[in-house]
Amino acid sequence: MVEQDKILNEVTQSEYKYGFITEIDTDIIDKGLNEDVVRTIWKKKNEPEFMLGFRLEAFRKWQKMKMPNWAYLKVPPIDFQEISYYAAPKKKPQYESLDEVDPELIETFNKLGIPLEEQKHLAGVAVDAVIDSVSVKTTFKETLAEQGIIFCSFSEAVQEHPDLVQKYLGQAVPVADNYFAALNSAVFSDGSFCYIPKGVKCPMELSTYFRINAANTGQFERTLIVADDDSYVSYLEGCTAPMRDENQLHAAVVEIIALDRAEVKYSTVQNWYPGDKNGKGGIYNFVTKRGVCRGVSSKISWTQVETGSAITWKYPSCILMGDNSVGEFNSVAVTNNHQQADTGSKMIHIGKNTKSTIISKGISAGKSDNSYRGLVKVLPGAINSRNFSQCDSLLLNDTCGAHTFPYIEVGNKSSIVEHEATTSKIGEDQIFYCNQRGIDTEKAIGMIVNGYAKEVLNKLPMEFAVEAQKLLQISLEGSVG
Amino acid sequence: MLIIKDLYVSVEGMEILKGINLKVKPGEIHAIMGPNGSGKSTLANVLAGKEEYEVTSGEVTYTGEDLLEMSPEDRAREGLFLSFQYPVEIPGVPMVNFLKTSINEQRKYRGQEELTAGEFLKYMREKMELVDMHTKLTNRSVNEGFSGGEKKKNEIFQMALLEPKLAILDETDSGLDIDALKTVARGVNTLRSPENATIVVTHYQRLLDYIIPDYVHVLYQGKIVKSAGKELALELEEKGYDWIKKEMAV
Repeated sequence: MVEQDKILNEVTQSEYKYGFITEIDTDIIDKGLNEDVVRTIWKKKNEPEFMLGFRLEAFRKWQKMKMPNWAYLKVPPIDFQEISYYAAPKKKPQYESLDEVDPELIETFNKLGIPLEEQKHLAGVAVDAVIDSVSVKTTFKETLAEQGIIFCSFSEAVQEHPDLVQKYLGQAVPVADNYFAALNSAVFSDGSFCYIPKGVKCPMELSTYFRINAANTGQFERTLIVADDDSYVSYLEGCTAPMRDENQLHAAVVEIIALDRAEVKYSTVQNWYPGDKNGKGGIYNFVTKRGVCRGVSSKISWTQVETGSAITWKYPSCILMGDNSVGEFNSVAVTNNHQQADTGSKMIHIGKNTKSTIISKGISAGKSDNSYRGLVKVLPGAINSRNFSQCDSLLLNDTCGAHTFPYIEVGNKSSIVEHEATTSKIGEDQIFYCNQRGIDTEKAIGMIVNGYAKEVLNKLPMEFAVEAQKLLQISLEGSVG
Repeated sequence: MLIIKDLYVSVEGMEILKGINLKVKPGEIHAIMGPNGSGKSTLANVLAGKEEYEVTSGEVTYTGEDLLEMSPEDRAREGLFLSFQYPVEIPGVPMVNFLKTSINEQRKYRGQEELTAGEFLKYMREKMELVDMHTKLTNRSVNEGFSGGEKKKNEIFQMALLEPKLAILDETDSGLDIDALKTVARGVNTLRSPENATIVVTHYQRLLDYIIPDYVHVLYQGKIVKSAGKELALELEEKGYDWIKKEMAV
């Protein structure tokens, strides 16, 4: 038994493989946060007037708010004056071809496994990469434009499509929705914007890669996706960060608006630096993600594989306004060493015959804590609505924790809400069975964990599923002595 | 091939095996019989390297090497196979992937090329016929939703795929109907060769009607108390274990 635990310990203490730092000239503004900083960002971004109003309203409300403390997390105090709120690669990223891109940056993408050039020709995935705060390159823009699809950096959208931005920004996540959303609304410097016109099925996966690079900076990106009537899009998001001793703040907002019969699939593989074995360093990941199924029979699904970050606070949600609309949340969250995750979903049923599904698979190892927190709320008018939630937790040892906090509010009698939950410890018998067939413990754990998470991994687009499987293995494996 | 010398084994401080001696040569089939709680499964598991069994003294040599020094996966890679009494379910891991990983891990260890997906599937189909295995089972997760009999058949199927040097069948006959029993026996007999050996651990004699052993050993209270040819199994069937118990008491 003791030996088994020892192997599990060794196996579950792995190194972070994306911990390189790229030396790129960066334009960083001084640390600290006040109204002038908000105005400076607005000015640097050369934004129209309405954006200043949006930012200042958010900042003023944020000042009066307190950091939430209801999550099952131990968050050390964050000094918001010690963070720089804007860091951009110095060479202004307006490239006509890849030749003009900073070679260091290209190298970064190569290390990340997303060579832009290759993406362009082979993968058929349109990529918008956000390094620190600024969106660097959007590939495939022309191909998409032929169908009227807008996929660009948020800055560009503000310049070129201000009407769309003004119409939809803050519709899913209001400026003062919560502490971190308010902070983001005040200081966000870039992100991605996507608009799919009526009746268009986006022919390729759209993808954004986020990377925090500069020290002492926060990353506050904003993603806004609007799917007009009868449209479809599948959107992927990947995240990495270098290894640093100090903690870095990431407070992003993602908003999705789905109009009549539109469908949006949003997939995330989050692999921010989780800190070292002793819990030093790592990203604080406070993210607000929300989609509004505004149209009838619209559908939004969130799929996430969360393996990184020292602290994760994240509840991708769906507001099901349109009749017959559908919301889905599929999640695999892995915590190891000293990582903490409080993650889950909210499904707010407003329209009639609305349906939602929540599948959450937590995997805890090391000394980590992994919590599922979810709210299913059915309003009185949402007659004949349905929800099914399943929350499973897998423990790899005796020193980690798994917690489930489901909240259910049902306002009418014709709706059905179901909740299932299980907690299990990884079976020594399962590992021995694999060993007896010649499979070592490290591989066995990888197989068992991937099997456990398969239901969710299967929802990811192919190329992402492969990456996610490897990530699960990497975050739980190391060298077996 | 296998030499067990004066083996003592404890589980959680309780002594289960009290001085086992056994020699198995290539080409031989040995049956180990005995009443419940005599230590049969302990012996099978300790040879496979299960963690909670503590060897307090004794030696086990396997193909000239110290078996007890080897990790469970290396024992498997060296050709030692255990057919589990209670095969384990692994949800979400398809049988096919599990088997392919298993075979390729063993091939890698032996310095052989790994099989490609196509080669593996072809090889698997050949072996499936041998034990009458259905694709509906190989497409499922490992042992998930298998009946008791299907689980046991699945063990023999894996044995056929891995072609072990030494196979240990731990109560493979328990819970099998007569047809399944015949299928399992056919699998074992087909795989029999002058190079490999089998240890059949069983409570009942009936499996030995189909798998004819060269030697039968009776395990009682952690010791092998009687060894003889295949006729011993019949004698046991006739007289029951009480006969041994009485003989021991004298």
